[in-house]
Amino acid sequence: MASSVATPLAPAAGAKRRRRKAGVLLAQLRDPYALIGASIYLSFLLVAIFADRLASYDPTEILFTEDGGLASALPPSPAHWLGTTNLGRDVFSQLVLGARPSLFVGVTAALAVAAIGTVVGLITGYLGGIVDRVLMRLADMVLGLPFLPFVIITVALLGPSLRNIVLAVALLLWPNAARVIRSQVLTLSQRPFVEAARVTGASEWRIIFVHVAPNVLPLSFLYGSIAVGWAILTQASVSFLGFGDTGVISWGTMLQDAYASQALDRGQYAWFVPPGICIVLVVLAGFFVSRGYEELLFPKLRDE
Amino acid sequence: MSYLGRRFLHMLFVLWAIATVLFLMFRLMPGDPSTAYIDPNFTGEQRQLVLQQFGLDKPLSEQYLIFLKNTAQGEFGLSFRYRQPVTGLVVSVLPNTLLLTMTALFVAYAFGGFFGALLAWKRGSVLETVSIPIVLTTRAMPDFWLGMLILAIFAFGLGWFPSGGANAAGARFASEWDRIFSLDFLRHLALPCLTLAIFLQGLPVLLMRSNMLDVMREEFITMARMKGLPERSIMLRHAARNALLPLVTAFAITFGQLIGNNVVVETVFSWPGLGRMLVDAVANSDYPLAQGAFLMIAFVLVLMNFVADLLYGLLDPRVAQYG
Repeated sequence: MASSVATPLAPAAGAKRRRRKAGVLLAQLRDPYALIGASIYLSFLLVAIFADRLASYDPTEILFTEDGGLASALPPSPAHWLGTTNLGRDVFSQLVLGARPSLFVGVTAALAVAAIGTVVGLITGYLGGIVDRVLMRLADMVLGLPFLPFVIITVALLGPSLRNIVLAVALLLWPNAARVIRSQVLTLSQRPFVEAARVTGASEWRIIFVHVAPNVLPLSFLYGSIAVGWAILTQASVSFLGFGDTGVISWGTMLQDAYASQALDRGQYAWFVPPGICIVLVVLAGFFVSRGYEELLFPKLRDE
Repeated sequence: MSYLGRRFLHMLFVLWAIATVLFLMFRLMPGDPSTAYIDPNFTGEQRQLVLQQFGLDKPLSEQYLIFLKNTAQGEFGLSFRYRQPVTGLVVSVLPNTLLLTMTALFVAYAFGGFFGALLAWKRGSVLETVSIPIVLTTRAMPDFWLGMLILAIFAFGLGWFPSGGANAAGARFASEWDRIFSLDFLRHLALPCLTLAIFLQGLPVLLMRSNMLDVMREEFITMARMKGLPERSIMLRHAARNALLPLVTAFAITFGQLIGNNVVVETVFSWPGLGRMLVDAVANSDYPLAQGAFLMIAFVLVLMNFVADLLYGLLDPRVAQYG
């Protein structure tokens, strides 16, 4: 991977650096796993954007059959690709629109975790001292909190919105990213280029965010892409337990509806299997993309 | 200070910090501070008792100290719903949760150890190409969804196992031990245990595989090969034994995390455990019970992290010396 990045006789240092960055991104996509992951993300993103057009019915609309009866628990048919729910709602339309909250939660949580983790990692690693000690003790404490119970209690106390789920997930996941980035910064700050920046009189903030930060970005991406899966799984679990926003149709609320309506008992597999498969695919995509970064970060692993 | 002492103090610090966060969270709720402890339906006597026990008429700083003292003594007040001390309720469901967790973990790690070693041994084979994506997929599954599938197939579809609970309704047993070792309990345990085991085996499989690959490059393996030992004996007696060590700490850490993440599987299978108690308590705004169940879950988690630290120091003395 690294060899493909080599640039022949770079004309200027800036262009060389830019080309190297582009090379890293391309190399990223050359890994088959990362490519599969990125394609899954892209497909779900398109589904989420065009959900209105893909859905054949309003997902909350209660449907009736031609003879006026409730279209309850219908098996899959050309009119209802995945059948209908107990209360006569179209499962396929729910599935398509359910992509939106899941992706929203995944992307915002990933951004929040990557941002907090990177900033805390940079500051603690470079400055050290009392700031480092306080923030790292805080990280220890957070790592001792039980994950789902904390999210449940947070959502129960602050209200069942997607925003609060993202908040709880971000509060719980930043320490993992911060710890790893911190140790990376500790070694980076001993390197000659940081020394050189210091000699030229660059301020501490400039060194941290201009010179050191670009070098830890791959790690930020790694932890961000791991957070996507965690956030989506958490949102689904919390909705399944009944603590989600009841006004939002998501894959988690679909599964909760199916479970509570005894779809399992009646064997309505077309109702409760597809939402689960969607969750698996999105989470798996996160694994694949982060695996791609892992290979980029630890090339030694590739030889094994 | 010794390694053990430092880790122990660290554990106490984390427990204190978690208790403080919980205290603040419940005090930040809208309304009177007593809403966290006193249900409008309590009798005057119960109200007075709880008011005194938690110093709810005193300033917040004093309430905090009383809360810490009560927590250290395992006193969490009265449940709104059951009108019983929270501690007793929490302790009564703890065996169910611990049994489910332990059984599932043992199944997952026994399988994971063997299968991971096998994958490392048969590196580059069809078995590996097929298995790794499957293992990754099981890691991406929401555990409650996996539970729903298993429930639909084995309980409702085939009717082999009961669909929920830990014992048949109305079953009576002479003692807790009789209950746990009854066939009825095992039949109820099977499906939630299978669900968790499938959900959990990914980590030990992948960990064991990469450890084996590392160990197999060590000199003592080359040495064993040069001695002409059979491949099977090299793998089992030399490589696998050394690759197993990191699995032991992973086991302890997963144990701690599982007690909390069990909430969903326990809910799917209506398993009367700590997680389900927490969910029910939060859903019914039974704040004292929710606090007690949360602190119990956090306690087990932090304790198991401490155990993992100790095992780590024991298995790798360098950690204890410099860590």
